[in-house]
Parts: sequence; C-alpha cells; structure tokens
Amino acid sequence: MSTLVALARAEAVAAGFAQRTTTVRHLHVAARPLVFVPLSMAGEANAPLAALVGTDPAAPRLLVVPQPRNRDQRFRFAAELAEVLLPYLDSFRGVAEAVPVNRGKEIRHRYVDAPQVLVPNPAGIQFTRLLGRSTRFRRTDGDYPVHPSVPLLGRWLTFLADRAEHPGSCLLLAMTEALTLHWATGQSPLEDNHLAALLAWIDPPDGLTGAEAAARAEDPLTWPPAGPLTDPTFDNEVLAPLIAAYAEAGDDPGRQARAREALAEALRGQLAPTWRLMWRGLALLRDLPPGARVAQRWAEDRDAFTGFASYLDEGGHPQPRRDGAVVAAQRLHRLERALQSYAVQRAYDDPLVMADYRLTGEAFVGEVTLADPNRIDDSGRRRVLRPRIMLRTTDPVQVTPGTAVYSPDRPQQKARVVLVTPRPDGTGTDVVLELTGGLGRALTPAPGSVPEVGERVCYTTLSDGFMPPGEFPAREETPWTHGGPPTADEEAVEPTAEDALEEWE
Amino acid sequence: MTTTPYRWVLPGTPSLGVVAPRAGAGAGPAGSAVPPDEAARRAVAGVLAELSSGDHRGVVVDSPPGAGKSTLVVRAAGELARAGEPLIVVAQTNEQVDDLIDRLAQAEPDLPIGRLSANDYTASERVRHYSTVRVAAKVADLGGSSVIIGTAAKWAMVPEGRWPWAIVDEAYQMRSDALLRVAGRFDRALFVGDPGQLDPFSTVETERWVGLTWDPMQSAVAALLRHNPELPVHRLPVSWRLPASAAPVVAEAFYPFTGFSAGTTEAQRSLSFTTAGLGGGPVDEALELAASTGWALYELPARHTLRTDAEAAAACARLALRLLERGAVAVSERDPAGRPVTADRIAIGAAHRDQVAAIRSQLGPAGAGITVDTANRLQGREYDVTIVLHPLSGRRDATAFHLEAGRLCVLTSRHRHACVVVARAGIAELLDAHPSTEPVHLNVPVKFPDGWEANQAMLARLAAHRTTAR
Amino acid sequence: MTSMNTAERLAAIRGGAKPKRHNARTIAALTRNPGCARRAVLDCAGIDKQRLAAYVDFPARFGQSQFAIARGNAFEAQVKADGAAELLTLLRERLGLSIPEVAYDDLASVTGREQESPEVRYARTRTLLIRAATGAGDAGTLFDHPLLRINVAGQPVYLEPDLIAFQAGGRFHVVEIKSFAIVDGQADAGKVSSAAIQSAVYVLAMRELLAEAGFDPEIVSHDVVLVCPRDFSNRPTAVLVDVRKQLAVLRRQLGRMTRIDELLAALPPDLSFDLAPDAAGVPTRDPAAIVTALRAIDARYTPDCLAVCELAYFCRHEARGCTAALGPATREALGGIDRVETALALAHDVLPPAEEQAEAAALLQAAARLRAEALAGAPA
Ligand code: SF4
Repeated sequence: MSTLVALARAEAVAAGFAQRTTTVRHLHVAARPLVFVPLSMAGEANAPLAALVGTDPAAPRLLVVPQPRNRDQRFRFAAELAEVLLPYLDSFRGVAEAVPVNRGKEIRHRYVDAPQVLVPNPAGIQFTRLLGRSTRFRRTDGDYPVHPSVPLLGRWLTFLADRAEHPGSCLLLAMTEALTLHWATGQSPLEDNHLAALLAWIDPPDGLTGAEAAARAEDPLTWPPAGPLTDPTFDNEVLAPLIAAYAEAGDDPGRQARAREALAEALRGQLAPTWRLMWRGLALLRDLPPGARVAQRWAEDRDAFTGFASYLDEGGHPQPRRDGAVVAAQRLHRLERALQSYAVQRAYDDPLVMADYRLTGEAFVGEVTLADPNRIDDSGRRRVLRPRIMLRTTDPVQVTPGTAVYSPDRPQQKARVVLVTPRPDGTGTDVVLELTGGLGRALTPAPGSVPEVGERVCYTTLSDGFMPPGEFPAREETPWTHGGPPTADEEAVEPTAEDALEEWE
Repeated sequence: MTTTPYRWVLPGTPSLGVVAPRAGAGAGPAGSAVPPDEAARRAVAGVLAELSSGDHRGVVVDSPPGAGKSTLVVRAAGELARAGEPLIVVAQTNEQVDDLIDRLAQAEPDLPIGRLSANDYTASERVRHYSTVRVAAKVADLGGSSVIIGTAAKWAMVPEGRWPWAIVDEAYQMRSDALLRVAGRFDRALFVGDPGQLDPFSTVETERWVGLTWDPMQSAVAALLRHNPELPVHRLPVSWRLPASAAPVVAEAFYPFTGFSAGTTEAQRSLSFTTAGLGGGPVDEALELAASTGWALYELPARHTLRTDAEAAAACARLALRLLERGAVAVSERDPAGRPVTADRIAIGAAHRDQVAAIRSQLGPAGAGITVDTANRLQGREYDVTIVLHPLSGRRDATAFHLEAGRLCVLTSRHRHACVVVARAGIAELLDAHPSTEPVHLNVPVKFPDGWEANQAMLARLAAHRTTAR
Repeated sequence: MTSMNTAERLAAIRGGAKPKRHNARTIAALTRNPGCARRAVLDCAGIDKQRLAAYVDFPARFGQSQFAIARGNAFEAQVKADGAAELLTLLRERLGLSIPEVAYDDLASVTGREQESPEVRYARTRTLLIRAATGAGDAGTLFDHPLLRINVAGQPVYLEPDLIAFQAGGRFHVVEIKSFAIVDGQADAGKVSSAAIQSAVYVLAMRELLAEAGFDPEIVSHDVVLVCPRDFSNRPTAVLVDVRKQLAVLRRQLGRMTRIDELLAALPPDLSFDLAPDAAGVPTRDPAAIVTALRAIDARYTPDCLAVCELAYFCRHEARGCTAALGPATREALGGIDRVETALALAHDVLPPAEEQAEAAALLQAAARLRAEALAGAPA
C-alpha cells in the first residue's frame, strides 16, 4: 500500500468518513449494467441457493433453488439464469464499428457497446467462475441432458470470469473492488470486503458517521452477508426449517407452492439489502468523472467481447479445465502487459495516483525555468533537433542522468535526463532534460511541442508506449521441457459424454 | 553408462530431488575425504561425461555460490564446440552475456563467437576487443559462429532454427515461460544455476496456474524437472568464493539437504588492516571481528523504522568507508602476498531500491567506487567484503518478501573474506511472533529451505558475532 | 518444563472452571498469532475465550452452518463406509501400495463406554500403534479415532481427532478427511493450509508417541493424505500434502509455550478470569473486572484476528485509533507510527516529531503535501 493511500485511510479514521484516493474514475461504468447477487449453500463446492439478477434496480429477478443438493434443480437454476443473462449479452450484438488494423490495411469489426456484470465481491467472481466450470461441459443429449442454454451460459460465465482477471477490464466487476479502487475507509482492507460496511464508510445514512454506520452494518440481521455464503445463523434458524418443509411437502402441489413461496421470501430478504447496495455503489461510481484512458480500455473489452461472441458463433468448444503450457505462458504475458499499462494509464490520468510515484521519486512535477526549443545536435552524422529544458522541482527526484522519462501531457515524446542538480539553497532540484520525438518533422519544433518557461510539467519513468507482443510456440509444438503437446483437459474440445456426466450426488 | 544424480558424490549421499528434496541425513559436504579441488574436478568431469554420453536430453547442474559455474559453462561450451556441435548459450541478462563472452573468448582464443543482441545494443568494451566475437541482431548475420550467445529475451524473438545443444545459464533465475519460448531452438541442453538464489517472480497475482507442472511463474528448472524427473541433477560440491568461515554456515542455512564445502582453508584466507582502529569504536570492533571470524553482526538499538532507516543506512556506509580508511588487505590463494581491498572489492547489499538509494547518499563521494545494490542485482557477483542491511532490520512484521530465503542467501554469500550484517535488534522476536498463515497449494512441491527457518538459522549463527552499536 | 507453580498459577488465572479441551484446531490456532501474549496466556490456562468474549459483550461470530456440518459428516461417513473401502482404494493409488489386506480398527468403539478416561484410551491407542510399528507384516491397518497426546505449555493435552492413521509396512500416514472440494486439482489455499497445520499436530503427536517407545519418529510420514470431494461430486479424491514446514512451525511455537513463565511473571499476581458462578451456575463476576483483567495482558491485534481468535471484536475495539487496526500494510506505509492521530499530526506538521519519528514525519509530510496538491486540482 502506498503512503498516500495509507494517509487517506488515516484521514478517514479521523474524519469518520471514507476519503478519495483518486481524482477520477478508473473504471468504465456501463449505461445498462447487469447486477448479479448469488447465494450458495454452505459446505458445497458450488451449489447455487438463490440469486437476484437483472438490469432494472426496481425489478430484479429472484432465482431460488429449494433443494440445492439436487442436480436437476441446480441446472434449472443455470437455465433460469441463462434466461436473463443470454438475452442481456445478445442485446449488445447489434451495432458494430469498423476498426482499422495492420496500419489501416485491414479492418475488423467490434461492437460499439458491451455487457457489464457486477457482483458484490471477489467471492462472487469465484462463484461465477465455478458456475461456469460446472455448466460449460454439460451436454444436451445423453444420460443427463440439460437445456441448451446451460452449456452456453457456462462458456459465457467462464469468459467473464477469465476477463475479470485481466487488469483494467470492466466486463465483470466486484463492487467492493471497484469502490476500494477509489476510496479509502477507516478500517482495514480485510474489513473492506464487507460491502455494507464499505458503503457505510463511503456514503453513510444521514445523521451517522461512516464509522458508526459501518459498525451497524456488521450486524447480519440488518445487513445479511453479501454472499455467496449466507449467515450461519440464518442457515440454522431460518433456511434449514424452510428447506425441510419444502422436502416434506412432497408431491402435494399446494403445500409445495406454499413452502417454496416461504423459502423465496426468506431468501429475498437476505438478498434485497445487497441488491440495493449494489445500485447505490453503482450510482456513487457513476458520479465520478471518468479518466481519460478509460474509454480506450473499454474498447479493448469490447474487442474481447466481440471476439468471444464470434468464437461461439463458430461453434466454439468450452474452455478447457486448465490452461496448457503455451496458453498459460501467453496468458501470463498478456496479463503482465495489461497490468503494467493499467498502472501507467491510471497515473497518467490522475494526479493523485501520479503523486504515489512522485513520493517514491519515480515522477516529479516542476516548473520550466529554462528552455532551448531550437537546440540542434550536430554531433552525429545528421543534424537533429534535440530541445532541452530545465525544470525546478521540490519533489524528491530519484532519477539519474541517462534515464528515459516521459510526460503524461506529451505521451508521444521521450525525454532523457541530462543533469540532476540539487539547488544549493535547498529549495529543490534542477533537472535538465533533452527531448526527442513528438516535435514535428522540421528542424524547428512544432508549436506547443516543447514546454515553455513557466509551464508546470510532470515527468516520470513510467511509459505508456507500445510493447511488442511476445512470440510463443504453437500449442502442438509445446517443447519437451514442458511436457510436450497438451492433453484434452487443456484443450478446447467437444466435451465427451464422460465430461458431461461428472458425478454429482 | 548408467546415470544417477550426483553419482560422483561420495557414497552415502542420498539422491535428492532439487525442488523438494526428501528429508534425509544432512548430506555432508563432499570434501571430507577427497581434497576440494579433486572433488570439484570430478564433478565437472562427471557433467562433461554426461553431456558427451548423450543419454539425456537435459542435464542440470546445481551450483552453490561461487562453485565455479561460469568455469563449467565455459568448459562445456568449449568442449561441445570443439566436438563440432553447434551450440547456443542462453543467459538471463546482457551483463551475464558479456561476462560469458569475455571468459569464453579468453579461454578459447580461436573459437568464433556470435553475440545475439537487440538492435540498440552497443557492444561493451570487453566484448569489442576480441576479434573472434561478432555482434548482430539476427542469427543469419552470425553465420560461421560456433557458439551464439544471447539473453533469453532475445532468443525468444528468434522464430526458427534448431541447434543440437544449448547451455542455459542462471537457469534458476529464468522463468518457466521464458524457457518455453526458447526450448524449441535446441535438442539438448545443459542447465546451470544456483538453486539457493532468488526465485523469479511475476507482478501478476493469480493462482490460476498453481499446481500445474508447467506453471509459467515457477523457475525454468522446476518446470523442466517436473516434466522430466529422470534427468540427472549434478551438483558442484565446492565453493571457491566463500571462505571456510562462511561455507558451512551458508550451506546449513540455505542448502540444508545438499550442502557444500569451502575450497580453501582458513589459513589460505585472511583479512587485515594496515592502520589501527584508533579509539576502537563499535565500527572498528565489528570490522575486526569480521576480519578475524568472517562474520559480524553490527546491531543497532531496537526500533521500528522506515525501510530507509537513516541510522542503519549510515551504519552501512560508515562500515564500508572505515574499511577503506583502514586499508584492509586481503590475503588469499589468488594473492598470497595480499591485495588491498579497494572500493570495487566492497559491496553493500539491501532488500529494496530505496534502501540502496539511502545508503548511496550516505556514502558520498568517498565511497563512489563501492557497489551498492539490491539482492536481485547482486546475484552472481563476488566481492572481498560485503556489508548487508538485514532485510528484517527495523521491521514490525515480516512479509514473504522479507523472509524469502533466497534474498538472505544472496546477500550473505557474495564475499570471499568477510560479511558484516547491519540490523536493528529485535529480529529474533519478530520471527517468533510471525504468524504462519501461508496458503498451501495442492500439487506444488514444497520449497526448501523455508525462509523463516533459514532466517532463524542465520540469526543464530550471527548472534555469536555481535557488536552492539553505541 | 513448566514447574508446578506455573500449572497452579494458570489454574488460578482460569479460576474454578474446568480447562477447555484443546484439539488440533485450537493448537493449530496457536501458530496464527504467536506474538500475542493475551492469547498465549488464555490458551495456556485453558480458558474458554468464546465464553469470555460473550461475557464482556464482544461475542465472537464463528457460527457454523448446519449444512456445512451435515455435508462434512456425510462425506466422512461415505469415505469410511464398508470398512473404509473407498479410502483404501485411494490410499493404494496415492501411496503406490499393493497391500492385499487391510485391517480396520475403530479405537473409539472398542468398549463403547463413553466415560472412559482419556488416559485409558490413550494407553490403548499407544499399545495398538506400537504393535503395528513392531509387527509390521504385509497387512496394513487403518486406525480410526485414535486418541493422541501432546504437551502444551507443559500440560498434556489429549487430542480427539476424527482422524485416521494408516499403517503399512511399518510406515504411518495421517489421513485427513475434509469436505471442501478439489476442483480440477485446486482447492482453497486457506482451507488446505488449515488442514495441513492440523494434520501436522497429529503427525507430531504420533511421532512423539512412537519416539517415546523407542521407534524412529520418521516412520510417521510428513506426507499427509488429504481426502476431499472431487470437483462438484461426492466422490473422494486424495492428494499428498507435505507438512514439513508446518511441523517446524509447530515445534517452535510449542517450544515457546513452555516459556509462558516469563509472560506470567509480568502479570498482576491476582489476575483471574474466574466468572465466579453461583450455585445455579450463573456468573457473578462483574464484566468490567474481566475487561480489566484482559487489559492487563498485552495484545497484538491485527485484522487477521477476526478470522482466527474469539476475542477479536474485543481487541479490535481496544485497538481503535491504532494504525495496527488498519492492517500491517497501512501501518508500515504510515511509517510505523502507532496511533492514527499521531500520524496525522506529524503529516500536517502540527506535532514536532520525536527523534525516532523524524524520518516518518518527513515522509508523511511529503505525502500530505502531494495529496493536498493533487486534490486541489494542480496540474500533473
Ligand atoms: S484477538 Fe486479541 S487475544 Fe486474540 S490473538 Fe488477536 S490480539 Fe490476541
């Protein structure tokens, strides 16, 4: 944790309210997100118990599994969820835009919008992943046929859960993480996993401080856990008798309907508070101004969505159980690149994030005190334009001569540190920089391309430049050092009857 | 020829897996009956014989600190090249590539060597002055080279070509995914590295691949051996760097299952000062203790501090500068008549970059030639005397990063003569209070030594060499 | 070794109540915050922390869902059904054994007498295990419900594990049955971690038992067999878990417990957590007195306590305003300053730093300046 974020936490303690740790929003918030609040049964790997799901805060759909250990009912839950989720996903496949690729030689299409699913917390993402895992290999024929929407749902849920690992992606978000990215509370990060307490710190009800509201939010009677796990007391005192009553109702349709209704009401009572919190969280996020590079990352999400939709159109098989060697290495490579550029982009978009780097000496802000915009370097074979500027900063500069630095204001330009001189009177440091790139084509710089005397500019070692993608062997050429070509478990293949029959009871 | 791991090691030494050795009697260093140079010679001969036998697609050589890894690489490269086997060498950093070229070109003056480089690489002085070395960005431009050397990152960009042999240097520092990207370039390979050093890491936090044998975040050797458990694993048994005072300590703390011994005797190495320590403050006491015993723990009063603890940084700097002032002279098998310990023979090591910066600024111009660096960057390097800012000094709680055995191992195994550890008092209590809440993953071999235990072991040894700063 | 005095002292601290039984879980918990003196003293004295926490009005929230319990029991019963037939198949596979015959000994039901003393049951376990270690033939044996013993702070503690010890060819393995799932080879790392440390307690206890009888303790393997449901099914699967690291941690922390005397020496001589129940068993002690007694022992609160210690809500309340309550990472980033208000006062330059705070103050001031500048909308 950076000292700036820690300081914000300390200030939150003193103020009794959460404090901002960013000046802009670093996430895309969709115009029409889908909120998904799942509950699962304690003790089981992934037994859905209930869920509230939908795009309308006033009209969530309640899904209930009266006997969570029953295999058929589990898949009925999946099919019902698919009834909501699949049309939602499809609704983004209307309008596509053309994107030039390969330096304009080709074009590719991508949808102009994409779905966004929100769950309460990281455990909700894990639930989504497991539900995807348990449904994507199911078959619509054979011994235990499921509704055709079930394996399709499984593929989509898996896609979303995988995408949630991708730094900066906003297709599937956990609300607690989205909020803690922008606010610091006066409690520990561990306690921030509690959605009600977290929101209490950020936006307490009138008349209460965040700290007071958070203390109340810990009472599971008023604020049931945001799932997927339920409150054990609720399990023992409410849920267990209701499930038993449903089971006892047997084939009596009247009794069964009543028992089911009672169960649904109890579960709705557990889910509804979280449902409301989700929309409140969304509203809070929406109120923040988006960072400049958020749209660019959302475009990547739209690309990923478009790509996966067409993969499924072409009859794409379910994602394998585990990544094979090559796929794992490629994915790690992608994640590392995404993580780095996400970190850089947030700093470029947000002075408060950049302040973290200023504190550690990886960035500095200063006023230009001298500028030689027309400086020509003729030491080489060719005369080249190499303007120099000097700026004065009070930040603790840690860069050394020779280091390449970049400015968020002129991302196309590169600067090289020439000199770092602490001022003798202790009023800061003078830094001389030599600029290359982004100056136009002539031997005089394009207007505005060189910072002028008096301008305040920021330079940092963080670069948002292009990183060439790595090269990997083909999957079937996985080398002997890594076990040779992958097996069926690591390949996307048609599920076999055996896959579909994983034992359940 | 039958092959078993460590077959040249004295009988009775158990065959041990590399990543998760079975518990066994702590194998004594191999030098008890056989003289060290003979033990080392046999070890190298064993590796070379294994290579030429061609029985295995891969041979792994574990090399503890200063055990002659580079010598082995140079010899193996020379022998393979002389046998007419085209060969590539994969190193991890440009610095390592240049080091290897320098040594190989010197050892094999007629061998045509190619250096595969990035476009913007400018050849360093030590590479340029050999007429046998060619530098190019493409393999095609290095035709005629018997050996082509490049970094793993550079080799990963080479889309085609296949060589009968590769030598992968610092293979424990290399990540599994990096090996995956280059393994298509060779049929067989010699993997050389130090298992006690820092593991490679990733900035990405995910448990997605844990348990998989090809987990891209593990080390290249771990992946290799999990897929090819039958590959022979050799071990260089003698450290030529670490003095007799350090080899058993480092071996016990960081190589508990394999061990190694010092190649030199206590009589062969000594450190003395040309000027007396007037006043005899604790700094001098620590230096003298280190000179006479090989170790010193310079202990500052207990206090929870920032990472960049100014007092500790100053103490590191003062110890290093005082060493220069006192005109330390190192006598060793290389310089039996003694050689002054100049600034370039001294290193100060720390865990974090900001600590390095803090120490550097305390050193001032007088210490300009002294190396100050993080453990990561000190890997593979060697000095006469090292001063170490203990990774746990002044901390309130330990994290996995600070406890990592490899970190302390790198820091305390760079020296030929003496090592002074600077620390705030209270590390023992910190270790005792450390909660053990580490997650446990299925199907992941347990790595030894455990950082917590290695730290305990090291601390127990250092306690006997304590000087209290006043 | 703890002297009699220590035992008496601990009994006095506990008051009239019977000492709370330890089990592998509570012993494993000792490793989760070993720096906390409060917890060490209460645990060594065998005090019911859950009851204490409720009494001072900070009840622990460690409820267990009956669904989870039912699932755990059902799974265990299934694995052990038919003379542990399923378990044996798994053991043969995992351990690569071709054991033709396996006997099944349920040590709990030999006599069926519930009130049998732990000493008697321990003695029987001991006899059977030693016999198995001595007369190891081809046959394997599964021991269900053995009663083991371990020393905690000088006191023998009996462990009633629902564990199975498996012996084949003179070598023992601890078998731990858990009902969390292993999906595609992966399981919740926190749950595996808890299972590993609990199993390590059993390994340690069995090793001590056999070592006392003159056997090589290493005949109890450090590879524990963890049996869990596979994927989403009820079918069991088994993996070996190497618990050597956990053994080392346990040995060390149990070793430290014997130094409890040092902690006790620093406490008020009349310290007691006696709830002083009246004839009807209703506690009469003023809760405020219990709070005072708790305060007399230093705690070391961290947010992790919430998941592992019954007193967490009490200690969290006590730690309000401390940077420790915000988590170790926050405390470190705040320069290790103890109190939140001190950190803020230093950051805003309204408190002259003490000598040892000077560096932290400089850092905090720089951070406060940068934060204020960025929030004020200065350009970056
Ligand atoms: S909750 Fe309190 S008593 Fe328990 S371990 Fe934490 S600090 Fe110690």
